[in-house]
Amino acid sequence: MAKVNDVVIKIGTVNGTGSASANGLLMKSIFRMGIPVVGKNYFPSNIQGLPTWYEIRVTGDGYHARSNRVDVMVAMNAQTYAKDLADVTPGGWFVYDSTWPRSQLLNRDDITVLGVPLSRMCNEHFEGARARILMKNIAYVGVLAALLDIDLDTITALIEETFASKRALIGSNMEAIRLGYDYASENFVCPLPSKVVAMDGTKGHIIIDGNTAAGLGCMYAGATVGAWYPITPSTSLMDAFRSFCSKYRIDPDSGKRTYCIIQAEDELAAIGMVLGASWNGARSFTPTSGPGISLMSEFLGFGYYAELPAVVFNVQRTGPSTGMPTRTQQADILSCAYASHGDTKHVLLFPADPGECFTMAQEAFDLAERLQTPVMVLSDLDIGMNDWMVPEFDFDDSKVPDRGKVLSADDLESMEKFYRYLDVDGDGIPYRTLPGTHPKGSYFTRGSGHTKYGGYTEDSDEYQDVVDRLLLKWETARSIVPQAEIQYSKFNNAALMSVGSSHAACTEALDRLKEQNIAVNYCRIRAFPFGASVKEFIEQHEVVYVVEQNRDAQLRALLMLDCDADPTRLVSLLHYNGMPLNAGFVVGKVLEERSKGQAA
Amino acid sequence: MSYISKPKVAHPNMPRNSLGLTARDYEGAVSTLCAGCGHDSVTAAIVQAVFELNVEPHMLAKMSGIGCSSKTPAYFVNHAHGFNSVHGRMPSVTTGASAANRTLTYIGVSGDGDSLSIGVGQFVHAIRRNLNMCYIIENNGVYGLTKGQFSASADIGSKPKKGLPNQQEPIDPVSTALSLGATYIARGFSGDKEQLVPLIQGALLHEGFSLVDVISPCVTFNDHEGSTKSYAHTRQFYHHVVDTDYIAPAEEIKAAYAEGAAMPIELHDGSKIVLRKVYSDYEPTSRASAFKYLRERLNAGEIVTGLLYIDDSRGEMHDLMGNIDTPLSEYPLDKLHPGKEELKKILSRYR
Repeated sequence: MAKVNDVVIKIGTVNGTGSASANGLLMKSIFRMGIPVVGKNYFPSNIQGLPTWYEIRVTGDGYHARSNRVDVMVAMNAQTYAKDLADVTPGGWFVYDSTWPRSQLLNRDDITVLGVPLSRMCNEHFEGARARILMKNIAYVGVLAALLDIDLDTITALIEETFASKRALIGSNMEAIRLGYDYASENFVCPLPSKVVAMDGTKGHIIIDGNTAAGLGCMYAGATVGAWYPITPSTSLMDAFRSFCSKYRIDPDSGKRTYCIIQAEDELAAIGMVLGASWNGARSFTPTSGPGISLMSEFLGFGYYAELPAVVFNVQRTGPSTGMPTRTQQADILSCAYASHGDTKHVLLFPADPGECFTMAQEAFDLAERLQTPVMVLSDLDIGMNDWMVPEFDFDDSKVPDRGKVLSADDLESMEKFYRYLDVDGDGIPYRTLPGTHPKGSYFTRGSGHTKYGGYTEDSDEYQDVVDRLLLKWETARSIVPQAEIQYSKFNNAALMSVGSSHAACTEALDRLKEQNIAVNYCRIRAFPFGASVKEFIEQHEVVYVVEQNRDAQLRALLMLDCDADPTRLVSLLHYNGMPLNAGFVVGKVLEERSKGQAA
Repeated sequence: MSYISKPKVAHPNMPRNSLGLTARDYEGAVSTLCAGCGHDSVTAAIVQAVFELNVEPHMLAKMSGIGCSSKTPAYFVNHAHGFNSVHGRMPSVTTGASAANRTLTYIGVSGDGDSLSIGVGQFVHAIRRNLNMCYIIENNGVYGLTKGQFSASADIGSKPKKGLPNQQEPIDPVSTALSLGATYIARGFSGDKEQLVPLIQGALLHEGFSLVDVISPCVTFNDHEGSTKSYAHTRQFYHHVVDTDYIAPAEEIKAAYAEGAAMPIELHDGSKIVLRKVYSDYEPTSRASAFKYLRERLNAGEIVTGLLYIDDSRGEMHDLMGNIDTPLSEYPLDKLHPGKEELKKILSRYR
């Protein structure tokens, strides 16, 4: 098992004790040594006192998913010693605070238990309860630095950067690192066989979470109105937008804000505000999660039928109902695709990582304005709140955003008469006007039956005319949404298909299957409605393993509904326990399905 | 909702406002409400109010939810922009619309079901934000389109056409708005246009949340004996407490007001509203005394009307947030991000 730059470290602590900065320091130090890393935070829906874990996968191969192994467990929470001990992979190491020795309890003979008297050392060296707790966290970073051979200079540089404005803290943090480092060096054989060695695998990359990336994307897309109701795990998206705006969105002449963030009374109001703002021509958005989508449904149908742009980020969490708010899932695919009563369907984008949260945030505004309809970006907790290593984002200064078919005052002046819902260009997308532009541009926006001219109707033909035209618009959407990512070889008759955050584990699974001489093709869905290439891809294979993180095979159902896919070809590999997907699960399920096929 | 356009017959000698428009130009489609509906009188008052204020029709946004009242934006100012949203959610749509473009004039027309039941949450939060809009509640105590169920504004003891009298405490929009800090609160009666028009005008010009609660009887489901929202009951029990006159920007105050009774308030565009106190000891700028007086009169079964409270010191939503004066929707997109080079600097934090 012991391999260089291939180790999974898991740290068990109590939430509210400030371990996040220690874990960030640890992960970034390894990243700065040029070694790819994956960070996953498993935290409770709670403020203080419950168990929480942080997992760092050091992956010289540059994979992006979690692993189902734990090589080095740092157990800082006595409440979870038993569980943490059981989680260590045979041959691994278990580090714990031996100020209170637990030799009776910690009795696995297939792993190595390493006791470090962290509390005692910190109590001797630091004053005050808060400092002692915080420094205990930094001290375990020192222990790991010795055990894994993490470069101390890199750690020092990071601490100096972090506390550049609070230099008094640099000394105490370094002292804590030293305490742990020296104790481990003196008492254990360091480094362990599982260690890290500097490499060149992170150039041009950053470590960022998807919500920060999406908030940055919204700022770069020129969003000016953000309305939201706080809900885990989407809250940090608006926090990020606000933070970027507070720096970059102050009008230089007046010193006033060029953005408006409204904390709504609930999600119903949040989406209402977004629609009102987009009706008036502002790029507006709301971040939410599953329960918020349920509340927004009526308005989403309104947006679809009255044809108003809106951008909704759904950072999915584990349902149904309140479910597990701090665990991940992809279980809102169907409820978003068909949110609201009546014949309603919505454009969905599926980012696979924070990089795509940044780009798809921008694409979502372009698509929403081009198609004059709500567009939902389906991220999830794993992408939104975990730290991913991704290529540094780029932005093209010459790119002109697509504002869609909006008539100017000059356009209106030269027109005989304006009709809001007329399909002038044959693509199902009518022209719209913004209130206040020109007297000829006035129209009545309504969710009740309307004619193609924009008037109220209860006439069957006039009603049907408009909803049929919306179907034509849907086909236009199909041709302009991001197309699926496909890896195809005609020699393979089986394929994997994934969506969103399942991509990371699937790409790793493809490599592992190849090592076993199992070659399969691959398709990653990036948007709904599905492009023609998706339907074609399914038809090219005898079997397509559809990997998704929900119980009810929602993507599979949507493939059958939207592109009439043959259900006998679509075999579901479903992972829905709330933990991020890992490659081992995918490989195991593929092998299991193959053996079933061979038995039959 | 009406889809019958009204024939436009304008007498050549009809008065024109400063934009050269006649009152006809501020009309809408033919109403499809019941003959005698109070709401149609409110519509007529709105037409007169905006005509006299010289509001450019395309700079007016007519917002509504669902219900009889919410249909009425189709019946006034054809050339304004209309937004007939979903039930009880007009305030949020207007909040977003205002966020994007603060230069339009927003008039919202709602009902007691739309604002006090399904939409009470949005109603109260729009008040808290001091959203700059004129919010009219056409208050009749019943649901019309679903045929006569009580609404949350029905008074205790008020009798329905069928069934038992209401026993639940009513929600009074005026005292609710007062407790939440609304900055312009008025009550009128659809049957008293002379009083209502300047109340609406003041509400349109006030910078902040302006509530105009209008008792507007439902002739079909709530105009019978025993109803406290009927024409007869309202006429019998309503009292003017503070009347208002609207004085256009260039005009002088000409009317002779009794000493101590008149209170002119200058509005942001240079116009004035003059508050005329019918009850001289009423204090329309004190929340506490207004609340006490209104509660006492309510308990006595009286319906007090007029401009009941005003606070012109508090900024509207945008001012409270420190937003720019120009509409956010008009700010050029390329000035809303710092570009490629700055992105590199931003991302250096994540290395």
